[in-house]
Amino acid sequence: MSKRKSLTGGIFIGATALSAFLIIAVIIVLLVVIILGGKGTFSWEFLTAFPTDGMMKGGIFPAIYGTALLVLIMSVAAVPFGTITAIYLTEYASEKSILAQTIRFAVRTLATVPSIIFGLFGLGFFIKFVGGGMDNFFLGGELKWGQPNILWASLTMALLTLPVVIVSVEEAIRTVPRELREASLALGATKWETIKRIVLPGSRAGIMTGTILAVSRGAGEVAPILFTGAAYYLATLPTSLSDQFMNLGYHIYIMATQSANVDQTLPIQFATTMVLLMLTFMLNLTAVIIRARLRRKAK
Amino acid sequence: MNNPDQKEYRFTRDSLRKKFRLSEFLSEKIITGVAFLSITIIVLIFFFVFKESLPIFRSEKKAAVKVESIQKQEQYGVDTSVTSNASGQEQYGVTTKDTLMIENQAPERDTVAHGSEQATLKSLVGKQWLPVSDNPRYGLIPLIVGTLKITLIAMLFAAPIAILAALFSASFAPYWLREIIKPAIELLAGFPSVVIGFFALMVMASFFQNIFGYDGRLNAFVGGVAMALAAIPIIFTITEDALTAVPRTYTEASLALGATRWQTALFVTLPAATPGIFAAILLGIGRVFGETMIALMATGNAAMISANPFESVRTLAATIGAEMAEVVFGDTHYSVLFLIGSLLFIFNFSLNAMAEFWVKGKLVKRFQGKQS
Repeated sequence: MSKRKSLTGGIFIGATALSAFLIIAVIIVLLVVIILGGKGTFSWEFLTAFPTDGMMKGGIFPAIYGTALLVLIMSVAAVPFGTITAIYLTEYASEKSILAQTIRFAVRTLATVPSIIFGLFGLGFFIKFVGGGMDNFFLGGELKWGQPNILWASLTMALLTLPVVIVSVEEAIRTVPRELREASLALGATKWETIKRIVLPGSRAGIMTGTILAVSRGAGEVAPILFTGAAYYLATLPTSLSDQFMNLGYHIYIMATQSANVDQTLPIQFATTMVLLMLTFMLNLTAVIIRARLRRKAK
Repeated sequence: MNNPDQKEYRFTRDSLRKKFRLSEFLSEKIITGVAFLSITIIVLIFFFVFKESLPIFRSEKKAAVKVESIQKQEQYGVDTSVTSNASGQEQYGVTTKDTLMIENQAPERDTVAHGSEQATLKSLVGKQWLPVSDNPRYGLIPLIVGTLKITLIAMLFAAPIAILAALFSASFAPYWLREIIKPAIELLAGFPSVVIGFFALMVMASFFQNIFGYDGRLNAFVGGVAMALAAIPIIFTITEDALTAVPRTYTEASLALGATRWQTALFVTLPAATPGIFAAILLGIGRVFGETMIALMATGNAAMISANPFESVRTLAATIGAEMAEVVFGDTHYSVLFLIGSLLFIFNFSLNAMAEFWVKGKLVKRFQGKQS
């Protein structure tokens, strides 16, 4: 081997290593900058207080509450449907059937649809079509459901996070050993009984991961709720499904771009971003750890 | 148990048949039904996003059809009045079938610019995006150019870095390092785009301004680099999967012939995984194309056409995000925004379909040795 070749090789390997470390470095810089910027303002007070002085001071409690409510309603909608779809794909559908392949394609497409499109869909379908229809039908045209609110925002978000749940649960169901299923069937249990007693309990960790990932995604996405229910400022917490709500991500966006005094509220913005980043970071970290354990078990 | 009289049990065709159980039947039907949901959602998304953009074409058609058929024209008249009236939802749904048909012919008409008094459609291909002026113009060209520009910048950064990093992780990194890199990049994928946007707006914009010394803090370059951060995890993950899926025999053969590790990686593994890498880039483009929050926060949002990467741009997705909250339901601006949404959806859908069928099929064939 000539020297020149090994030099080229060194440069090539160096370049690949550099790229990998560059990505890691950017991740670390991003985390450190946001945490350093937000640390000073962050306190228990900040988490539990309402914004005051026209959002110039005070905390972000309504935004946290709104985000929590959003992901809660979203999970209630997305997790069962996602789990059932995953069960269908793994237990009922045969791998080669056109229907199963179409569903898989739909799931993957759903995962790549830009989040703003979900926002448009939420507006066109949930708010105008379903909500408007409900108003006409039940309330005789009085405007209650046909406007942005937390229910429509959560359902929109549920559509966005559905593929996340499906993929995680499917992966987990596949780790349940075939022998267990066969043993159950051989003992006379029906297919549904096997799924209920063997497959689902065996893939609890995967359903968990899917839920966590979905929650983390739902907590961080802003585009779908821009015009389906998020509000700039509300003096009260949402009490009914037809109320609007405040949201962490939307709060950051509004404070950083639309407010009159961007510079003065900079510490609040950094602290809010830190809260959101830490929240999603912790959730994702948990999911990554559970998943790694799951994969090791599968091997 | 100890029953001597027990008859010998005969397995007949009848006794072996599966017994009908209601719970089994129901569970299967319900599960299958729910599984259809994903397909239904895709269809509904397309239908509803598209439906809301129809009034633009209808108003154009109204002018054009006037001569052809008076009867139809009346129908459209009814239709448009209904659109502006939020309570007329149900009637609106009924007439959609007609309008869908009409839509098919409408695009050709508008690009030819039929010389109708409706300026809206003509302005769609114009160079000015001024939706809230006295004479509103909805030129999509600057938005499309802006989106393409920012996609190009983002991919110029994201694709090489992500692919090289994936190659490092798949071919060179020791096991323990790989176990750090992969989860770290998975975590980057989980960073909310609004956080990346905020970081770009507050930190990166000033940082790059200090380096390059341009005037506008927010521009296509800052936005592009920020979007690269969003695209890197996607490209990395799919490329890494494609690289590790290359059969071991390939690399082993190459090593056995005396090639070094980097030669094997560069000349054997990488070429074998090209279709997968191509798919990764397509999906990365899709991600950047539809990214809203980063575009809203970091690109400056001025709709102008220029080749300079340090000028502000306004992307398609950001336009929807910025303007949808302020428009009047049912007016032209509202429909144009939904039209942009349809464009985004169609573009993304095609990218995904391409990555799915064309590229993956090729990959499988190649590994099975059916194709050189």
